[in-house]
Amino acid sequence: MLKPVRGRIIVILALIVVSLGYLYKNSIKLGLDLQGGMHLVLEVDDPDGTMTADARADAIDRAERILRTRIDEFGVEEPLIQKVGADRIIVELPGNTDESRAKNLIQQSAFLEFKLVLPVSELESALARIDRQIVGVLGEDVLREMGQDAEGPSQDVQNLIFGGQAADTLAADSADAAAEEQEEQLVNLRPFTALLASGDFEGTYLVALEDVEVANQFLAIPEVRRALPRDVSLHWDATPMGVGQRTYMRLYVTEEDAFLTGDMLEDASAQRDPQFNQAQVTFQFNRAGGRRFSTFTTQHIGDYIAIVLDDEVVSAPVVRDRIGASGVIEMGNADIAEAADLALVLRAGALPAKLRIMEERTVGPSLGQDSIDRSRIAGIIAVVAVVVIMIGYYKMAGVLAVLALSVYMMLVLGLLSAFDATLTLPGMAGLILSLGMAVDANVLIFERIREELALGRATRTAVDEGFQHALSAIVDANITTLITALILFQFGTGPVKGFAVTLSFGIVASFFSALYVTKTFFLIYLSGKKASDPISI
Amino acid sequence: MRLFNDANFPFIEHRHVAYVFSTIVIVLGVAGMAFNIFSMGSWQNYGVDFTGGSLIQVQFRDATTAAQLRSALGGAQAPPITRFGEENEFVIRAPLGEEEVDVVRARLEDQLTAAFGSDLFTVVRTDTVGPKIGSELQRNAGLAILASFVLTLVYIAFRFELRFGLASVIATAHDIMITLGFLAVFRVEIALPTVAAILTIVGYSLNDTIVVFDRIRENLNAKGGRREDPTALVDRSINETLPRTVLTSGTTLVVLLALLFVGGAVIRDFTLVLILGVVVGTYSSIFVASPALLEIQKRLGDGSGDRDRKKRGARATA
Repeated sequence: MLKPVRGRIIVILALIVVSLGYLYKNSIKLGLDLQGGMHLVLEVDDPDGTMTADARADAIDRAERILRTRIDEFGVEEPLIQKVGADRIIVELPGNTDESRAKNLIQQSAFLEFKLVLPVSELESALARIDRQIVGVLGEDVLREMGQDAEGPSQDVQNLIFGGQAADTLAADSADAAAEEQEEQLVNLRPFTALLASGDFEGTYLVALEDVEVANQFLAIPEVRRALPRDVSLHWDATPMGVGQRTYMRLYVTEEDAFLTGDMLEDASAQRDPQFNQAQVTFQFNRAGGRRFSTFTTQHIGDYIAIVLDDEVVSAPVVRDRIGASGVIEMGNADIAEAADLALVLRAGALPAKLRIMEERTVGPSLGQDSIDRSRIAGIIAVVAVVVIMIGYYKMAGVLAVLALSVYMMLVLGLLSAFDATLTLPGMAGLILSLGMAVDANVLIFERIREELALGRATRTAVDEGFQHALSAIVDANITTLITALILFQFGTGPVKGFAVTLSFGIVASFFSALYVTKTFFLIYLSGKKASDPISI
Repeated sequence: MRLFNDANFPFIEHRHVAYVFSTIVIVLGVAGMAFNIFSMGSWQNYGVDFTGGSLIQVQFRDATTAAQLRSALGGAQAPPITRFGEENEFVIRAPLGEEEVDVVRARLEDQLTAAFGSDLFTVVRTDTVGPKIGSELQRNAGLAILASFVLTLVYIAFRFELRFGLASVIATAHDIMITLGFLAVFRVEIALPTVAAILTIVGYSLNDTIVVFDRIRENLNAKGGRREDPTALVDRSINETLPRTVLTSGTTLVVLLALLFVGGAVIRDFTLVLILGVVVGTYSSIFVASPALLEIQKRLGDGSGDRDRKKRGARATA
């Protein structure tokens, strides 16, 4: 009796089994908006616009690899690290991750350098020149406004930013009369030197914490940078230190060129220093690095070495003896997690360039759960409404349509899990829209069958004609929507893409369900009837 | 049960009423856009997705008013604050100055912690978008709408005839104009999902139009179809597809209303735009697309006679 449709039934059953199999195996990945998590779009930071397109592409390639290693080791489940376009990386961390830790892990360049600390006398000779350049570039009045005109350091940092204008009026007031006198003083102003106090060991200065910003402003002036002695660079300590009542920042005078960099590291790990119970990171060099390190330390016994991480000195041990292939970074009061993160980024390697956050989205898990619950309720109401309308309006044919629609649902979900697509909130809307289109296709067919019946055709003929005539409308409607969906996929990002994906899958499945599955069910329904028996539609 | 069986409404005869109605609605919308440009400097209420900036959604444990929140964030200088769905949930939108993307957000969180203590509120969602990304999105959204226009026009011109393509594009443009006008007048925030919703409307409106056009095409190609009075033929086609139009739009609306009422605040705007789109799309497939087809035919000829000649003519007008 069912012989003519046996092939069709087998095809449908096979597709259902495959869909359920995929669903069981992969389950459907939920987007960050549903399960909560963090979404970052990163770009290579190139503020001066000096990188070539090739250099940027290369940097982003390497950055992607390094980020992958870092995040894998960080232990987030199912992270997504994806290169988009020529110079962007998307990082998605689902679940409830520690945002600031994750961001630090991703953004930290982790460029490790080992530099020799030089005696401050190397800088001393240049200090007068530096002061003159600062006075020359900023002008005496600006400095006066900043409160940087005297020997004593001042706290008023704000004025540096807003001081320019006020300085002009000041200058106008004191016009001619005081001009010569100021000229005299100008030579004696020592804006930079005034900030420096002698350091607690050779090769360092101390700068009061509140003056660090001003000092940085001075050091950022190109003329000042040129005034530095050749082969000398300055680095701040990573952490401030307290001396009596005041807090200072160490400023290290080091050789410009590092004798060793982090790319020669082989391993790094975090632990607690057994003696002082402080966090520390120990590292091992590879063979070449170890050789270079031991040669260098042999020649510099008694000197200090600055371990510079991203331009800040994290540790400055004195060389007491030849050091072999390993070393320690003392982390002071940092907690062990911070040390573990540092060890991790050191192991994974340095980023080739700074990464800048272009876009950041986070969704708390409670909001995601709320969205899932609400969508579920909306979905149930929608399904009930469709079932009631279809069966109420089309009776038995409506039942067939509802069965076909449930096959449609399984196919869509199967497709989503087979292609490892992510279900987002807009994605759910896409599903609902394609469900609407699947319903529409059935309605088109049934209305057509009714019309054909009204024209007095025999049941079987009316059904055949109905499917045949509805075909062109269904095809054209589905294809135009598919065009829109594909364009959305092409142009869209994130949530819009999710919508496009479910809509595309939905259209494919709805097309199949209306034209193949509904037809099959109709054939089964008709198989027990004579060609002229009435049908319930 | 049958709805609108053997309906025979003279839709085309009353098309002028629809023209006037559509014109009024579109003019209102455009006036709204103009007013927006004048009063807030942008024709639509673009969200942070497009302008760049920071959005923070906070949920307070205890009853909190928008006024309390506003004073905590600097009183008169506070960024715009809106209540979001639940009682104690708010969305704060901070524009992006010259600062780095995450600085703005960190500052807001600091201010909140200082005012309320960190255990009295939870940040349930944050969106921070750099200005570069925002402007890219604006461009991409425009491109997407344009591209889908062109491609569907080509497809319909290929599957039907060029005038069908033109008429459907007119109808779709009409729908988009009305939707954009609605968004402007009610200052619905334009976020990424809103763009998806607008594009869905494009799809839905086309879907509806195509069903009617498909029937017109069929009746036209039936025996004697090209000799029938075009107005009567179009009217007949609309009436024949009316049961389907009503049932499908009705079902879709029921589903969308369910989404609107229980779907929650996150997708409310999205659903609202879709509902509007379904209503407008259904209306336009009957009162805009079909009359447009007749108007095009009246001006550019065609509809009867030799198919080949007609096709050449269609190409010449393209």
